[in-house]
Amino acid sequence: MKKLILILVSCIFIVKISYATTYSSDPKMFVSELVYDATSKLSDKNLSTEEKHSLIESIAIDNVDINALGLYTLGELRKTADEDSLRNYQKSFQKYFLKTLTSRLSDYSSNKFEIIEAEKKSANYTIVKSKISGNENQPEIKIDWRIYTKDPQKPLVRDLIVEGLSLARAQKEEFNSILTSNNNDINILISKLDEFIKK
Amino acid sequence: MSYKKLYLLVCSFLMVFAYSASAETDKECFEKVSRGIFKFNQGFDNIILEPVAKVYNKLPEPVRKGTGNFTSNIATLLSIPNHILQGEVRLAGHATGSFLINSTIGVLGFGNPASLMGLENQKEDLGQTLGSYGVKGGCYFVMPILGPTTVRDTLGMIADTNYLDPFARVTWHEKEVKNISGTKIDYVGVKAATAVDFRGDNMTNFESLEKNSIDLYAATKSLYLQDRKNKINNSSDNEDDWGNLDN
Repeated sequence: MKKLILILVSCIFIVKISYATTYSSDPKMFVSELVYDATSKLSDKNLSTEEKHSLIESIAIDNVDINALGLYTLGELRKTADEDSLRNYQKSFQKYFLKTLTSRLSDYSSNKFEIIEAEKKSANYTIVKSKISGNENQPEIKIDWRIYTKDPQKPLVRDLIVEGLSLARAQKEEFNSILTSNNNDINILISKLDEFIKK
Repeated sequence: MSYKKLYLLVCSFLMVFAYSASAETDKECFEKVSRGIFKFNQGFDNIILEPVAKVYNKLPEPVRKGTGNFTSNIATLLSIPNHILQGEVRLAGHATGSFLINSTIGVLGFGNPASLMGLENQKEDLGQTLGSYGVKGGCYFVMPILGPTTVRDTLGMIADTNYLDPFARVTWHEKEVKNISGTKIDYVGVKAATAVDFRGDNMTNFESLEKNSIDLYAATKSLYLQDRKNKINNSSDNEDDWGNLDN
């Protein structure tokens, strides 16, 4: 009986591990599988909105470099802010990011997605070019995915470049504007993020 | 005050700002005023532009596509001299061919047979031309209705409207060129159609940006400046500015 329980627990564990590492290590395939997985979850009618959001969030936590993105969007302040403030910022940033990501994916999930090509920029980066087909509210949109490939076995998304416009940079400049007008006080930025999360 | 005096005053004012901003585009000329104008523009968008664009999006696709082609074909008239000023002879040739073919075979520009023939039609203006010469943007500000801009792009727009754009010469300035004449209403009508077409095309983008920004003004500024930079460089290659986060 103990053996059976052990086998069952091991099976569940293996299934869970393999689920978390389903995506290919090839950047092009990685983006394709990632988008397919996310959009199919968003369009699954058997899932409640909360279930959909929580699934999208777990996909994002595993496959987006949220930690680096948070530090990047903080700009130069990441070098001078104290550890506690940085930790609090990263917590709020992750929640903020996941909320906006789910909202953005829901906005575009009904459209057809297609990978065009991948371009290796350096050992650390590959740009995967893709497009989303148009509808009555939206012409075709080109999206480039900045994939961080420092660990070739575990690619991570770092930025989305929509029609040549980097969302990470726009976010960084948005945060910079809040910081500049508030004496570079990271706590004000954290409270603005928390306010947004509660909305 | 006469129109010429006012024009001279506006130009001098902008030149002073262009100089004092020491070409730092991310600097603001007068942020508080710009934020106020940005709010006014948002109100204008909510009350007028967005509802009109929503109705426009309900029109049959060929009508919307034809409108987009028509306004884009007229904008080609401004691109041609700017391609020449940038020394882009090949693109000037493509733009001229595109305008001639679309205005004739394409029935006044409502069709776009030129693109099927492989002719490129890249939009250019004097702001981009100055940028390609190495002139920096100067400080950033927001204009009522017209939206985000920089000192360089505003000076470019004034020169485009007064000297370079044949369509503006014929319509806004009501100068007859080779028996072709127009009125200010034609000019405003085409500009309004361009704005509605653009707003209708980007309905989801605008909604998503508005919903997901904690400082919409700053996000719009970043997107505007990134877009202008891409247009000046004729490329969308983003610089790697991730610094030590790459290691």
